Amino acid sequence: MWEYTDKVQQHFLFPKNVGEIENPSGTGNVGSLACGDALKLTFKLDDKEVITDAKFKTFGCASAIASSSVLTEMIIGMTLEEASKVTNEDIADRLGGLPKEKMHCSVMGREALEAAIADYRGLKLPMAEGEVVCECFGVTDIEIIRAIKESNLHSVEEITNFTKAGGGCGKCLDRLREILVESTHQGISLKNLAGKTKPRMTTLQKIKKIEDALEREIRPGLRKDGGDIELVDVDGDFVFVSLRGACTSCVKSQTTIKEYVEKKLRELVLDTLIVEESK
Amino acid sequence: MMNLNDVVYMDNNATTRIAPEVLEQMLPYLHDYYGNPSSMHRFGGQVGAAITQAREKVATLLGAEPEEIVFTSCGTESDSTAIFSALQSFPEKRHVITTRVEHPAVKNLSENLDRLTGHKHRLTRLMVDAEGCLDLQKYEEALAEDTAVVSVMWANNETGVIFPVVEMARMAKERGILFHTDAVQAVGKIPINLKETDIDFLSISGHKLHGPKGIGVLYVRRGTPFMPFLVGGHQERGRRGGTENVASIIGLGRACELAAANMADENNRVKKLRDKLEHGLLSSIPHSMLNGHKTDRLPNTANISFEYVEGEAILLHMDQYNICASSGSACTSGSLEPSHVLRAMGVPFTAAHGSIRYSLSVYNTEEEIDFVLEKMPSIIAGLREMSPFWKADL
Repeated sequence: MWEYTDKVQQHFLFPKNVGEIENPSGTGNVGSLACGDALKLTFKLDDKEVITDAKFKTFGCASAIASSSVLTEMIIGMTLEEASKVTNEDIADRLGGLPKEKMHCSVMGREALEAAIADYRGLKLPMAEGEVVCECFGVTDIEIIRAIKESNLHSVEEITNFTKAGGGCGKCLDRLREILVESTHQGISLKNLAGKTKPRMTTLQKIKKIEDALEREIRPGLRKDGGDIELVDVDGDFVFVSLRGACTSCVKSQTTIKEYVEKKLRELVLDTLIVEESK
Repeated sequence: MMNLNDVVYMDNNATTRIAPEVLEQMLPYLHDYYGNPSSMHRFGGQVGAAITQAREKVATLLGAEPEEIVFTSCGTESDSTAIFSALQSFPEKRHVITTRVEHPAVKNLSENLDRLTGHKHRLTRLMVDAEGCLDLQKYEEALAEDTAVVSVMWANNETGVIFPVVEMARMAKERGILFHTDAVQAVGKIPINLKETDIDFLSISGHKLHGPKGIGVLYVRRGTPFMPFLVGGHQERGRRGGTENVASIIGLGRACELAAANMADENNRVKKLRDKLEHGLLSSIPHSMLNGHKTDRLPNTANISFEYVEGEAILLHMDQYNICASSGSACTSGSLEPSHVLRAMGVPFTAAHGSIRYSLSVYNTEEEIDFVLEKMPSIIAGLREMSPFWKADL
């Protein structure tokens, strides 16, 4: 049970400004179904760049819904300039605080606002250009360093609470520690980091690429022999697939998976993938 | 504080109400009979006699002998005791078989054996299919020369799916491998007769069957090698040190007696209530689906996913009507990822985040089922209205 303030409960149970504005001045889409929360923010500006209306649609928990609702309430009446200065701390404060594990919900609110403003101005978001550190939730180093600086974070656990990075498989925890040390001691500039290393793939990107490779390169071959294949799960580098049709009774199914499917996926998606059969 | 009578409690796989009959039998041992069962005087000795009776009642429910029952502090302690004992008994064997859907008590233990024991282990985690069931052929292939122990839950806490542990224990036994089952969800809900099985270790938790919290049982088959986990006094015939949790042991004994008496009700009336709830929800709410095998399942559990909405938000709306249940969504798990059980089953993310587990008990009534069936459609519809992924024409 989370300890939510009355304000969070009010905005969760009776949210303000639910919906989508037709022909909005700006739209911000952040999060995904896979990550467990997502927010679509739309707003309308008048000719003086004052936000006259804002609406949201949110998939997520109580604090995600409350953060979205309070955000729309806050920005209506603001100029675009004022709105661009709203921080996640402002959103959380306005709700009377959020449980520390839920701070990422307020970060999502700010990110959606930034995305909507960038959309209106026709700009690209800086965050997307960084190196993906947390593959499970698709969090880049730029987002992490920004959270460390803006919210004055001092531990890896806090980074997870604010950005979700490290909250999945945990493989990036060492890297998070490094980033924390680097950015608190040396104050590295965000620009130098962007594009420094080859971006890694998020699980969602991996799933999409694997599905694509299965459909175009692998299924046609199997179907010729009366078989088929389905993707069951992706867990880090482990890809679980299930063989269907004639393949299920084929004595060579293990060879098919290792020699054919795994080889193809390594070639087309990522060379560290390990394909396992799940029956 | 919320009152017992104010809530519609459908979270019995999390914990259960202490049966009034259980509490009644416990109270004298908290008020008056505080003697230590190990003492030489009669004041303590009479407590020892009561523990003996409780042990017999637990053994009767399981189809076991009283000396095969070891009282512990909880299900987790029982699980750790069994697995560590098996590994110490066969130090030359370093392979452990378990499943991808175990409770954290077994999951986190088996995944950290190297660090905890200081020895390298090989771990096989058996996959489940889309309905949450195991493949016995895969299991047979995994059993190896160096397998020390198999630990497979009797019934899954999230989906209620029942695993063929009797058959699996037989297969292990044939190869001289020890078999442990975490049966905290199964005991009291489905008939168990350990005499007719080859199961070596079985874990119980008192508060899952209308007993008190803080009491567990480890069944250890006669003849199975055993090494204690808590080393200390001679309590439990040297198999578990520490002064007995007397009142809770007495309570658990009574709870086991009640469970045996209620077994038919659980498998008839409660099962019918569960089925009514399940059919009602699936038919009145579009884009909802059952997680877990339709029939190989505990009579009290229904795990249902409502697509495009998130579990915590659903639960908190249910809470407004005092309806208690659980979710496998990320936001309720304390971690940021949805339930490992639903993920292992390949439940798509659209559905895993919106899963709700309803788990009933003999205290639930038909009126409560009707109440939940009346409230759920508008809760789901309201949240979908707000979801960016929901389209009315889906």
